[in-house]
Amino acid sequence: MKITTVRRISQTFFLLLFFWFCFVMTLGERWYQLRGWPVNWFLQLDPLAALGTLITTGTLFRGMVWAVVTIALTAILGRFFCGWLCPFGTLHQLIGYLAHRKEKSLARAAVNQPHRAQRIKYYILIAMLAGAALHLLPFADSASLQTGLLDPIPLLYRSVNLMLLPFADGTGLPVSPMPRFYEGAFLIGAIFLAALFANLWIPRFYCRFVCPLGALFGLISRYSLFRVGQREGAKCTKCHICEKNCEGACAPGDTIRIHECVLCMNCLHTCSQARMTYSTAPSAQGEIRSPDLSRRGFLISAAAAGAAIPSMRLSGALAANWNPNLIRPPGALAEADFLHRCIKCGQCMRICPTNIIHPAGFEAGWEGIWTPILNFRIGTSGCQKNCIACGNICPTAAIRPITIEERLGTGAFAERGPLKTGMAFVDRGRCLPWAMNRPCIVCQENCPVSPKAIVTDTVYALLHEMEIIEADGNRLELKGKLEPGQAATGDYFCTIRGRGIGKEGESEGERGNGQHGAEEEGSGRIRITANTESRLTLERKWDYSPSPRETAQIRIRLQRPVIAVDRCIGCGVCEHECPVRGLRAVRVTAENESRNEAHLMLL
Amino acid sequence: MEKSNLNRRAFILRLIKAGGVIAGAGAAGFLFYDPNGPPRPGQEMAGVYLPDFSLPEQKGKMAVAHGSDREKTLRAALDAIGGMKAFVQKGDRVVLKVNAAFASPAAISATTHPDLVSAAVRVCFEAGAASVIVTDNPINDPASCFSLTGIGPAARASGAEVMLPREDLFRPVTVPGAKLIVNQPLLYGPFSSANKLIGLAPIKDHHRSGASMTMKNWYGLLGGRRNIFHQDIHTIITELAQMATPTLVILDGTVTMMKNGPTGGSLSDLKPTQTMIVSTDPVAADAFGATLLERELSELPHIGRAEAAGVGTADYRSLSPEILTNIS
Repeated sequence: MKITTVRRISQTFFLLLFFWFCFVMTLGERWYQLRGWPVNWFLQLDPLAALGTLITTGTLFRGMVWAVVTIALTAILGRFFCGWLCPFGTLHQLIGYLAHRKEKSLARAAVNQPHRAQRIKYYILIAMLAGAALHLLPFADSASLQTGLLDPIPLLYRSVNLMLLPFADGTGLPVSPMPRFYEGAFLIGAIFLAALFANLWIPRFYCRFVCPLGALFGLISRYSLFRVGQREGAKCTKCHICEKNCEGACAPGDTIRIHECVLCMNCLHTCSQARMTYSTAPSAQGEIRSPDLSRRGFLISAAAAGAAIPSMRLSGALAANWNPNLIRPPGALAEADFLHRCIKCGQCMRICPTNIIHPAGFEAGWEGIWTPILNFRIGTSGCQKNCIACGNICPTAAIRPITIEERLGTGAFAERGPLKTGMAFVDRGRCLPWAMNRPCIVCQENCPVSPKAIVTDTVYALLHEMEIIEADGNRLELKGKLEPGQAATGDYFCTIRGRGIGKEGESEGERGNGQHGAEEEGSGRIRITANTESRLTLERKWDYSPSPRETAQIRIRLQRPVIAVDRCIGCGVCEHECPVRGLRAVRVTAENESRNEAHLMLL
Repeated sequence: MEKSNLNRRAFILRLIKAGGVIAGAGAAGFLFYDPNGPPRPGQEMAGVYLPDFSLPEQKGKMAVAHGSDREKTLRAALDAIGGMKAFVQKGDRVVLKVNAAFASPAAISATTHPDLVSAAVRVCFEAGAASVIVTDNPINDPASCFSLTGIGPAARASGAEVMLPREDLFRPVTVPGAKLIVNQPLLYGPFSSANKLIGLAPIKDHHRSGASMTMKNWYGLLGGRRNIFHQDIHTIITELAQMATPTLVILDGTVTMMKNGPTGGSLSDLKPTQTMIVSTDPVAADAFGATLLERELSELPHIGRAEAAGVGTADYRSLSPEILTNIS
C-alpha cells in the first residue's frame, strides 16, 4: 500500500473520530451519548494548548500531558499531526484538492511554491505565547491565554459545537432533541467557513499562513529524526512535478523547507526519478530547517502582545469595572486565573444540558471573546444545581472539576456553603405581583434551593371600593360595575372598609414562610367565589351584617417575591422561568459570586 | 564511504536533537503534571496583626479641655495627664490616624482639623518623636482629601510625612475571634515600622452608626470592600476598636457636626462645642463625645459593645477626667 493511501486512511479515521467525539457530546440516553468517550482527546494532543497553559499556570492539567506524546512523535517524525491527524488540516486538504484538481500541473506547482507570508503564522505564535508569558515579567501582572482564537483544534471544536451541530439539533437527528442556540455563533461560523473557503484560492491556506499550532510544530520539526528530502544518486530533472500536490508549500523539488513540510508524502510517489525520500539522511539538495524570522519581526510580535493585553486590562474589567452580566459557570476560576486557562473550545457550551453556556461577545472584554458566559434567557432551564458537567469536561480547568458536594456545599464543603454563580434581583417595577397587582411567583415556585431562596410577602391589595346596596347572607349587592366572573378566580377577597383588614397593601403574616394558609382565620376578609356585574358571592357569611351604604372592598391576594439573599446561589432558574419574557423581572448578576471575593455584596 | 560516514554523523546529530526534544517534553510533562487542578478561589495570603500600641501604665487616662484654640486645648488636656512625654518618647515612630474621609474644606468639619493635625505633630516632635506619619484611607479620592482638607499641607509643614494609601501598602488582617475582620485588607504600610499610634477624630453625626468618633475613625484603616460592613455597623466598629489599640486618642469637639453627617456640607450642620478630649481609653472618649453630640449611649450600641469586649469603659466619669475650662 502506498504511504499516501495510509495517510489518507489516517486522516479519514481521525476526522471521523473527531466528529464522533463532537457528536456524542450531547446529553442523552442513547448508548453512545456521554459514555466516557475521551471527547477532549484532540485538545489534549494539542501542544499549543498545553504550552499556553503551562506558561500561564506552570501546570499541565490532567490529560494535557498527552501533548508530550505529540511533541515526542513530532521530534521523531516531523509534522505528522498536520498531515496525518489534524481534522482541520484534513478538511483544508480535502477542499483544496477538490478546488484545484482540474488545474494544470504547472499551475498547481506554482500555487504550492513557498510564500513569504508563510512566516505570518510564526509571528502569530510568538505574539500569543508572549501574551501568555506577560506575568513572568516583574512589572506586569496581566497575562492572557489567547491561543484559542486561532489554534485549529479549539477553533474546530468551537465551530462544530456551536455552529455545525446546532443545525442538526432539534431536527429529529440523533443529537440534541431540543434546538440549541448560541449567541455569536455567526461570527464563529463565518471565521470557520472563511478558513475553509480560503482553500479555493490557495490549498491549505490556513495551515500555511495562519495556524499557530502548525508554526509550533514547524519550530519543533527542525529537530526531527525523519525528514522528507532528496536522496543521493538519483537525478533531479527540475520538473517540479513533486510540488504539484505539495500540501505544505515546502519546495521539496528545491531546497526543502523542513519547517513547512506537513508530511503529506505526495512528493514521494510522483517523482519519475524516485528521488524523493523520507529518511534520516540529509537531503541531497540541502534543507532549510527554520523559518526566516527577523529579529525585528520577533520583537514586534512580542511587543504587540505585550502592549495589547495590558491595554485591554485598562478597561478595568478585571478590577472595579467588572461586568455584572458576566456570569461564569459554577466552578469557574477568578477572572484573571480564568483567562490564564480558557482556550475557547466551547466544550462546556456543547455539554451544558440546558444550553445556558454561551460564547461571550465583548461581555468579558476583548480578551474574553468566546469564553463561557451564562445566559438564562436561552436554553431549557437555569443552571441545574445538581449538574457539574462543564467543570468536568473543561480540558484546562478554567472551570474547575468540582464535585456535587462542593457545588451544593454539603459534606466536607458544608462550612463554605454552596458555590454561587451570582445573585438574583427582583425588579419591582416589572414584577407582576409587585408592579401590576397580578398573582404570579413562578420564580418562587421554581427556586431549587432548599429552603427556598425566594420567599414571599403576602398582601391583599385593594382593587375596587363599592357602596353596598344590600347584604344578604353571603351575597353582596353593590353599586358599581364589575366584569362578570372577574373576581371569581379564588385570588379575590372582600373586606368592608373600616372593619377587619384595614389599610391597602398591608403586609400579612410572616415574611418568608412561602406557604399557603395562614390567611383567613380571624380576619374580616372573605374569599369571593363568584361575581356578576354588581353582585358578589362570598365563601361564607359575615360575622356581622354589613349595612347598606357601607363600602365593600375588593382585594386581590398577592404573594410578592423577595430574594433570601443568604440562600440564593445565582442559578438563574427564576430568571429563566419569569413570565416577563423580554427583560425579565427577576435577573441574576454576578454579585456575590463565589469565585471573586471582590464581588461580595453581603457580609 | 566518506559520504556514509557523513550521513552517519548527521544521523547521530539528528538522533541527539530529537532525543533532546523528547526528553525535554517528557521532563516537562513529568514535572508539571497536575492531576488535581487549581484550588478553589479564596484568600491565601498570610495575614498581619496590628501591634498593641497602648501603654499599660497609662491605662484609663483622660482629660477634657474647653476652649476654641485647638493647639491650646490640646496642650492643656495633654498636660493634665502628664504631657505628651508620657506617651511619646525620644526616638519613637508615631502614626497619626486622622479622619481625612472627604474632600471638603476644614470649615465643614467633616475631617480632622488641620490645626489639630499640626499641633499634634508638633507636640509629638517636642516629646522626641523621630518620625511622624499622618495617614488615612479616605472615602473620596485620597490625594484630593489630604489636600482640600488642609491636613496634608499642615502635616508636611510641621514636619510629618503624609502616607497616602497605595495598593502595595495593604496587607490582610484578621482580628482574633472576629466575625467580620477576617483577612481584610488593612492599610499596614504606615505601621510597618511604627511603635506609637494616636487617633485624631472629629465628632460627627453618622446616620448609620449614630456617631463617628475615635473608634469609628479606625474604619479608615481598612481597604477593599469595607462598605459591606455597614450591614453590621456596630459589630464592625467594635471589632475595629479591638483591632486598633492606640497609645492615645484625641477627640476634637471644638466643633461638633450635629446633623447631616458624616459628610456635612453646611455650617448650619455644626455647633461650636469648644471641647478637646484626650484619652488612652477610646470608649470613654467616645462616651464623652456622645454628650456633645447630645446622643444617649443607648443610641450608640457600639460603645456598649466595645466596653463589653473589654476595649475600655463607657463610664468616663469613673476615670475622673480632669476638666479644664476656659483655655485661651
